[in-house]
Amino acid sequence: MKNLLLLTHLSTLVSFLKPSVACLRTALPLLGPLLGTLLMAPNMTVAAVHQVHPGDSIQAAVKAAVAGDEIVVYPGTYKETVYIDKDDITLRGVIVEGEWPNLEGSKQLNDAILYSGNGFSVEWFKITNYKGNAIMGQAGNNFSIRNNWIIDTGVYGIFPEFGENGLIENNVLSGIEDAAIYVGMCDHVDVRNNRVFDNVAGIEIENTRHALVEGNIAHNNTGGILVFITPGLPIKTSYDAIIRRNTIINNNTPNFAIPGSLVSTIPAGTGMIVLAGDDVVIEDNIISGNNTAGIIVTSQDFATEVAGDPESDPNPDRVQIRDNVMYDNGNDPVMDVKALMLTQFSTRGPDILAYKAAADAERGSCVSQKTAYRTYGLDDWQDCERVTVRAADAVASATAPPSTSRAVLSKMLAEPATPRVITVDANGAELVYQGICAGCHTRNVRMIGPPVLAIQAQYGTDAQALADYIAAPTKKRPDFPSMPPQDHLSEAMRLEVARYMLSLSR
Amino acid sequence: MRDGFTPEQIDLGRYLFFDPILSGNNRIACSSCHDPALGFSDGKQQSVGAAGTRLQRSAPSLWNVAFFNKLLWDGSKRSLEEQMLGPLYAPQEMASSPLGLIDKLSNNAHYPALFAQAFADATVTLDRIYRALVAFESSLISLNSRYDWYAHGVHSALTDNELAGLNVFRSFVARCAECHTPPLFSNQQIAVIGVPETAGKPLDPGAQAATGDASQRGGFRVPSLRNAVLTAPYMHAGNFSTLRETVAFYTGGRGHAVPQGEDLKLHWHIWEPQLSDKELDRLVDFLGALTDQAFMPEIPARLPSGLSPGRALRSEQDPDGKYSYLATEDPRRLHNDNTHEAQP
Repeated sequence: MKNLLLLTHLSTLVSFLKPSVACLRTALPLLGPLLGTLLMAPNMTVAAVHQVHPGDSIQAAVKAAVAGDEIVVYPGTYKETVYIDKDDITLRGVIVEGEWPNLEGSKQLNDAILYSGNGFSVEWFKITNYKGNAIMGQAGNNFSIRNNWIIDTGVYGIFPEFGENGLIENNVLSGIEDAAIYVGMCDHVDVRNNRVFDNVAGIEIENTRHALVEGNIAHNNTGGILVFITPGLPIKTSYDAIIRRNTIINNNTPNFAIPGSLVSTIPAGTGMIVLAGDDVVIEDNIISGNNTAGIIVTSQDFATEVAGDPESDPNPDRVQIRDNVMYDNGNDPVMDVKALMLTQFSTRGPDILAYKAAADAERGSCVSQKTAYRTYGLDDWQDCERVTVRAADAVASATAPPSTSRAVLSKMLAEPATPRVITVDANGAELVYQGICAGCHTRNVRMIGPPVLAIQAQYGTDAQALADYIAAPTKKRPDFPSMPPQDHLSEAMRLEVARYMLSLSR
Repeated sequence: MRDGFTPEQIDLGRYLFFDPILSGNNRIACSSCHDPALGFSDGKQQSVGAAGTRLQRSAPSLWNVAFFNKLLWDGSKRSLEEQMLGPLYAPQEMASSPLGLIDKLSNNAHYPALFAQAFADATVTLDRIYRALVAFESSLISLNSRYDWYAHGVHSALTDNELAGLNVFRSFVARCAECHTPPLFSNQQIAVIGVPETAGKPLDPGAQAATGDASQRGGFRVPSLRNAVLTAPYMHAGNFSTLRETVAFYTGGRGHAVPQGEDLKLHWHIWEPQLSDKELDRLVDFLGALTDQAFMPEIPARLPSGLSPGRALRSEQDPDGKYSYLATEDPRRLHNDNTHEAQP
């Protein structure tokens, strides 16, 4: 039933059409004279480019676009909320001599870009002064959010939620009152080479599995990089995150989050915090100038104003802190941390703080070169094996020693994730079957339509033939009423549900 | 997802669901508080038991209940079988007894034959009663609203106002979709949102009473919004009689209705979104696009017991106000049966 919680709901392009579209586009320059023929061929999909100039509506272009199309937006100011509930749409800004296309919310509009489509890409936009988010995804898989410049867009800057397989790269974000980049309830996401500053939280990985956060610069936030399990969400875990080669400095901005929000409890001066997240590797980062602590590892009782959740494990397990360059942290810790450090006769905050249950040996956490750092609560942590990195390791990461994370180049998938169709089960066919088909068909009993067993006897394994019939039914059995066409379902979904129906065994 | 039931089990469950024979005094059926005409709710702030006792909370809708892994407002039950033991046997609800149920159904002129069709033989057992009721409840699927058509790619299925409402619904200012997550329009989690109680009633501890976790005080299961236009009044206390009042609650200020002296761990999405009147209107428009009753079961014309099918009482049927029908407006009037408007 877990999958049931994953939302989605998408019109879909037939996924197997995509390679042919890609091939066509690649081949276009070579085809020359053939192009016109191809464009006129019926039922042939060729990606179109929709151009948007100042005064035009980006949303109008989205409405006109079909899967595979690109929407190219020229410099100017666009005051709108753009929503993309279609698959494989690319939104690309064009920058001309430093002039960006600017989505401007004037603190009147809620969100700049909302998407639920799979295969969505957005790049080269300046996004300013919205109230909610700059870019928010709900359920789209295989997303790419790159090269955007985002200033004060309210609660979050970039916020993919319930997405699988995504890339967030080379964005610059500032002035966000919660997390600038917030990866929520996702799987297989890389967050690379972004710059985040003057936010409450720079980058937050929350209830997300398989994330790589690499090469980012997080400075002058309240907290730089966060790995959280938030209780009370339908996804209960956050594990397998690599936080690597980031520069996390001077995150001392007073917390300006909305009271009641989770990040409102983050102490100013926090470089990194791992709250309940498991299997987090923090490696090769430069962490300095954070006035409370460089890295805080804690259980959920750090955030006391949140209702508990018996289904989520509150403790951070198997955290590895390896080979980070840390100095000049803890110069002006918040009161609670100062009180802890006074028990060690210091008034400075630590480089690394393991708080409460995070300090226990049973967590299985480790740190390399423990004595190189000023620490609190690490007495029972193990030593991570320390490996000297030579030039060859740095060049060819795949040969790096397996006890480090250096061999892992990405947490994204080698192949794109299956586009998320309406879910409940993996492909949504069950939901469509239960929601539509089962009203007239049961497995073995005559209802309004013939039983599924009779349909299986007729079609065998030929799901395509059944899918074709679903789209345009003709009256076949004299003693049954004719079936209404289900051509509102996408071609891919008709095939999926036909397969589901033909494989139904109980 | 609960499935795998036969049509005969579903049909037996249908008779049982509507039959007051399931209550100790033969006065109310499941359908008395879960009336199909009212979105399988009863239109009351709090439901009323067989002996006329006012219960603690509003009756939740049963649409799509087969998909839920937490049941009841406090989320304390994990299966429909476990859940139904409460209302069937609680003295203030249906006040039945296991032996009484078996006795009445076994000695009924028609039920044993229906059990024989649904199961291997005519024996009436508790497990078979429960299974038949679960089978019927699991047939109440509503996943084909105009919203679903939109989600399937028929972008003309929603009006401009409804589409604007969808964008408010999922925006990170209103944040509705964060907990009322499609496709069920519930994430099935416990949330503390600080809803006011009916005047004069003490704070309902909700999930805290079930789990013992003080941080869950005032927490309730996030309800689905499908067919919500039919299920007024709203919230566990039934204190909002319209959807408009209900959506306005969320922009009334974080914790504005929390009683003095209570320190509730309010959900982080409860904040001060400052939604405009227009945005609230659009939200209500959008909620109207979540209606689908295509799988509405037929109410039996006659029941094996010879009793009349249990229905939610309306004010004219309850002149003494004993069952005081508290919704200001008959929610049935809100029921616009245009579910198939967008269909070809």
